[in-house]
Amino acid sequence: MTKPRLLHSLSLAALGVVLLAGTPAAAQQNAGADAGEIRIGFLSQTPEPPPYVANPDEPAADDGLAGATLAIADNNTTGKFLKQSFVLDSVEVPPDGDAAAALRELAGRGGRFVVVDAPGATVEALSKLPEARNVMLLNANAPDDSLRGAACAPNLLHVAPSRAMLADALGQYLVKKRWPRWFLVTGRRAEDKLYADAVRRTAKRVGAQIVAEKDWTADSDVNRTAEAEIPVFTQAKSYDVLIVADEVGEFGDYLSYRTADPRPVAGTQGLVPTVWHRTHEQWGAAQLQSRFKSAAKRPMTARDHNVWTAVRVVGEAAARARTADPDRLIAFIQSPDFTMSAFRGAPLTVRPWDGQLRQPVLLAADRSVVSVSPQEGFLHPRTELDSLGYDQPETLCKTRGKKTP
Amino acid sequence: MTSARLPWLPFTASLLTAFLASAASAQTIYVSNEKDNSLSVIDGKTLAVVDTIKVGKRPRGITLSKDGTQLFICASDDHAVQVLDLASRKVVHNLPSGEDPEQFALSPDGKSLFIANEDSNVVTVVDVPSRKVAFQVDVGVEPEGMDVSPDGRWAVNTSETTSMVHWIDVEKRQVTDNTLVGPRPRHAEFTKDGAQLWVSSEIGGTVSVIDTATRQVAKTIDFHIKGVAKDRIQPVGVKLTDDGRHAFVALGPANHVAVVDAKTFEVKNYLLVGRRVWHLALTPDQKTLYTTNGVSSDVSVIDVDSLKVTKSIKVGRYPWGVVVKG
Repeated sequence: MTKPRLLHSLSLAALGVVLLAGTPAAAQQNAGADAGEIRIGFLSQTPEPPPYVANPDEPAADDGLAGATLAIADNNTTGKFLKQSFVLDSVEVPPDGDAAAALRELAGRGGRFVVVDAPGATVEALSKLPEARNVMLLNANAPDDSLRGAACAPNLLHVAPSRAMLADALGQYLVKKRWPRWFLVTGRRAEDKLYADAVRRTAKRVGAQIVAEKDWTADSDVNRTAEAEIPVFTQAKSYDVLIVADEVGEFGDYLSYRTADPRPVAGTQGLVPTVWHRTHEQWGAAQLQSRFKSAAKRPMTARDHNVWTAVRVVGEAAARARTADPDRLIAFIQSPDFTMSAFRGAPLTVRPWDGQLRQPVLLAADRSVVSVSPQEGFLHPRTELDSLGYDQPETLCKTRGKKTP
Repeated sequence: MTSARLPWLPFTASLLTAFLASAASAQTIYVSNEKDNSLSVIDGKTLAVVDTIKVGKRPRGITLSKDGTQLFICASDDHAVQVLDLASRKVVHNLPSGEDPEQFALSPDGKSLFIANEDSNVVTVVDVPSRKVAFQVDVGVEPEGMDVSPDGRWAVNTSETTSMVHWIDVEKRQVTDNTLVGPRPRHAEFTKDGAQLWVSSEIGGTVSVIDTATRQVAKTIDFHIKGVAKDRIQPVGVKLTDDGRHAFVALGPANHVAVVDAKTFEVKNYLLVGRRVWHLALTPDQKTLYTTNGVSSDVSVIDVDSLKVTKSIKVGRYPWGVVVKG
């Protein structure tokens, strides 16, 4: 086991004092709040990609962390008017590292909020630790529906959308385009099977059909053989769209322009459902993009954005509830009164039945945002956002469902 | 619901509006086109676009100088405020503006321009005669809406991500109070007597009416349009009539302008306009209201007496700000 490293402890409280000095006597009578310091932990773990995957866009070393850093600065800009300061405690756990020890360390420093930017298995294990019982874990990465379902936990808040939400977002658009006949190609990893399951579920919900299915099993270097292999592999009966489930990016990028029939590719590659894209600019997103770019010297990724949102959830709650008291904040975040802007149009709110943040989902191509789901016409009595993912009647979450107001 | 898109309407309506306009002095409407780097110039009598003026990159907020001879333009991506001479329709000089200026407001004496710098969390105050930055004030994240109280005592700024109104004491040159409002406050507008400040919250879907004396929210106005999802109701522009009767609120992607009784705060009506309506301007005689509709790239014309949409005028791409010169 490798020991977790404490990377940063950005004491922006100190920065807050400097900013306050710039606006002396920023009187607080109307926006008044309980003064206080709020510690937010950031626990990140990046699994090592398999050796056969060549990623042309090597992720930045601070992918995710840069979102946390900007969000803490944003929280502190607001906090200076409320005498609230936010401190980020950041820990990076190696792929084979001890995430539990890292969480214990963060909790031991008084952190009641920990943003977890790690695979689903890590998130699930952390949620069961006795030390995490009173901690709000903000899942900013793992899309596993099981974490929102059978493995749900009262201390888990899901900031990242689930696979079901992503698949529904894509499926609604394809059906709106009248492309309801899908050819599903699934990779060999466990998460690819889960993505494919989500696509199958979506097909039933939106009235699409999976007319053909194939598993990608080739173990040759697809980079060299794609032109020969993929036209053969993609011979299928008549379909509208090829949907690919390849989360690590083993082969999905090689499908476009090589299919036997001229058909678009969507899913984990091609037209991708995602929370963020570097070309997204609507609803004030341009401002967040440029703020992030000037701080991190690179565009914001979906991972950065999920982490940014998670840290901002705590900051927004502290400003709205006018308190730094963790118990009151945790209750407020999960109450119907909590709403937050996230630059994708509709406000974010929390589903009480599984702790999932409701949110619009972008559908992005390489250099443009093609659409934003939910699509018009997918109605829901509560909010159209609940047409994405598991709705209240179908939730498998038992520990939360009972507490539904 | 009246639609400005019915083919027969613009004709009769334009006659009507032309008649109304002819009663007043000649008016000119200026519209900033965010994605065309231009201003559309509309003749208030004929309601036709008579000129398109090339300006700086990503023009958003626009406002007239107090003497009405110049137009100030936030050229956001040029990080400058441009000054356009209206007689020659030429940019005569730039004012320093700080980074990414989005909206601004002039002091009642016309000498100070308060500029919201969206990317750098400050308000820059420019001394217009000397063209120099007088001072800067730190505010919340993504400052946007700006207004100055009629007595010149307060400059207010709304910060979109912080969701506050920051009250800048102009004499002391610092923020002395803050009012928390609904998420993503976009626009602030004082009543003519300065007793109230109206602030729209785009994501909250509400308008807060704040009592200037106490800086407390006195009333929060909600909007409900049949057949329009709640989360599509995103208030941005607010315009109050001088007589204190009406408040008009642009509801963004809900494609409607709400008509609010400014005394009882009751919403009286919703007028269907173009798509993604953001900013509003009244004629000096208060008889006509113009709206910028970003997605449909047009301007809707509303007759204030009858509360009817009478015409839509095609302008450049993504119309943002609008002012009327009487």
